[in-house]
Amino acid sequence: MALILAFALVVVMVALGAYYFQSPYYSGVDRTPAQPVPFSHKHHVGELGLDCRYCHTSVEQSSFAGVPESEICMTCHSQLWTNADMLAPVRDSLRDDKPLRWRRVHDLPDYVRFDHSAHVNNGVPCEACHGRVDRMPLTTQKKTLFMQFCLDCHRNPAPRLRPPDAVFEMGWEARRGVDRQQLGERLMARYHTPSTERLTDCSLCHQ
Amino acid sequence: MKYWSWWLLVPALLCGCEQPDMADQPRLETYETGAAFNDGLAARPVPEGTVARDQRPAATENPLPINAETLAHGREQFDVFCAPCHGRNGRGQGVIVQRGFPAPPSLHRPRLRRAGDRHFYQVIRDGHGAMYAYASRVPEDQRWAIIAYIRSLQLSRNARLEDVPRDHRPLPDTGEDPP
Ligand code: HEC
Ligand code: HEC
Ligand code: HEC
Ligand code: HEC
Ligand code: HEC
Ligand code: HEC
Repeated sequence: MALILAFALVVVMVALGAYYFQSPYYSGVDRTPAQPVPFSHKHHVGELGLDCRYCHTSVEQSSFAGVPESEICMTCHSQLWTNADMLAPVRDSLRDDKPLRWRRVHDLPDYVRFDHSAHVNNGVPCEACHGRVDRMPLTTQKKTLFMQFCLDCHRNPAPRLRPPDAVFEMGWEARRGVDRQQLGERLMARYHTPSTERLTDCSLCHQ
Repeated sequence: MKYWSWWLLVPALLCGCEQPDMADQPRLETYETGAAFNDGLAARPVPEGTVARDQRPAATENPLPINAETLAHGREQFDVFCAPCHGRNGRGQGVIVQRGFPAPPSLHRPRLRRAGDRHFYQVIRDGHGAMYAYASRVPEDQRWAIIAYIRSLQLSRNARLEDVPRDHRPLPDTGEDPP
């Protein structure tokens, strides 16, 4: 009797654990941290059509995409919406020379190495990891960023690679009638994408 | 009750253990805050007047080779950083201007066609009137690539038939309907 009870307990624990580790609460999917200014990518990217690089300047040069300083907001908001309360923290930050504290939306554990420039310059689009940013009124995490997520692509990047001029675009699709896998394989040859062994080697991401 | 069966609980209890230290190690990441500096920033601002390693003295004229690659690069950068206000065609009616930003002058004005490359360089680096400086986002080489592209934009508005190589000109109009 006790044995059955104990066994049942273990099963329940495992089931609860599995539920927990799959849940958005653990993975962070759909997490939308409150920001000091309610910045909208939907407005700035979806409607105004700004390019990611106008604000995330270092994404092509470094491991780090970079979140814009207040000065970048002020290149436009020195003239537009100059009295909006919503933007007061930005103006104060520039005046007092104190950076705004944006809260992180995506954060990998410190034992994982990640590099933006290595992806963006080799045909991996922002959209593959961040989703349709141009439709987000507030920035939200859309992918789990678990090891499984990274490996799904590292095992077969072809169908997700894009030509260089489409990396920053949202909602890009290959022309109709084009075989996505074949196009991807041609792109892999062009980008000299490393082999599957290399891309799934533990030391690539854990050093 | 068999007392060994309690051992089955051990794995269950271990599930509760976490090792937060590995996920948040005692080093500072770019946007973390740290106590080592008074302002608490982990990302250190670059002191004014810093000269980068291998930095060349500022050129007075365009040091880049003027070829298709430079122009393509310049166009990409122009479309990212300048087109929101100046428009892709340089006429000063970009989307931000349509939302009420003061309109910049058209880049095709005679004054700006005559202005030297150096003037454009300074406008990008230091800003001009309502336009902020782009020095922090558009580094040296990209500035010159943008300038080369602006020059080609200006030329494109004032091109004559004689500028086009003979074999690239449109077919002469013979006045007859095509067959
Ligand atoms: C007008 C400036 C601007 C533009 C253009 C812009 N962003 Fe952002 N982005 C921000 C700001 C400010 C934040 C920080 C606030 C937030 O997270 O909402 C941010 C945050 C993000 C984050 C979350 C960062 C984190 O903390 O994990 C992602 C992902 C992102 N942007 C992707 C993009 C992509 C992709 C594009 C291009 C399609 C883009 N952004 C264009 C200003 C901009
Ligand atoms: C290239 C120009 C440009 C930049 C850079 C820019 N904005 Fe804006 N922003 C606009 C325009 C234009 C509007 C008004 C949109 C409209 O009229 O529909 C706007 C509107 C806003 C609004 C209010 C409207 C809303 O609900 O979204 C906020 C808040 C805002 N911006 C925050 C920011 C922040 C924070 C930054 C810096 C990270 C920033 N903006 C950078 C052009 C810009
Ligand atoms: C291959 C997946 C992937 C691609 C492609 C990608 N990102 Fe990210 N991004 C991430 C991950 C993972 C993080 C969290 C990094 C960390 O915690 O160190 C992140 C973080 C960010 C951040 C927060 C600041 C930072 O650098 O940590 C911004 C902003 C951002 N990304 C913007 C972009 C933009 C813009 C693009 C496209 C030009 C892009 N990302 C492409 C995976 C990606
Ligand atoms: C949509 C596809 C895709 C996703 C998702 C993706 N990667 Fe990659 N990653 C690639 C490709 C393609 C390369 C090879 C780039 C090249 O050509 O060198 C790469 C290369 C890398 C490299 C080697 C970079 C270097 O310095 O050479 C690292 C590290 C890496 N990825 C980590 C990650 C991590 C961590 C994640 C998950 C958060 C991730 N990647 C998610 C496609 C992806
Ligand atoms: C493409 C990049 C990538 C590769 C290759 C990779 N990992 Fe990971 N790994 C990750 C990421 C991202 C995480 C963090 C997941 C999270 O957020 O919990 C992780 C987490 C882990 C963890 C901690 C798991 C946890 O849930 O706490 C272990 C253990 C691990 N990896 C082992 C390995 C081993 C062993 C290999 C080689 C077979 C490997 N990894 C290859 C990206 C990678
Ligand atoms: C946020 C809008 C905005 C952006 C982005 C912008 N400009 Fe301007 N620019 C202006 C305005 C407004 C003026 C007119 C300034 C004045 O006379 O007060 C101007 C003026 C100029 C002038 C003319 C200076 C003169 O002698 O009259 C040049 C050249 C110029 N910009 C080049 C650029 C280049 C190159 C870029 C991209 C790196 C750029 N601008 C990005 C708004 C912008």
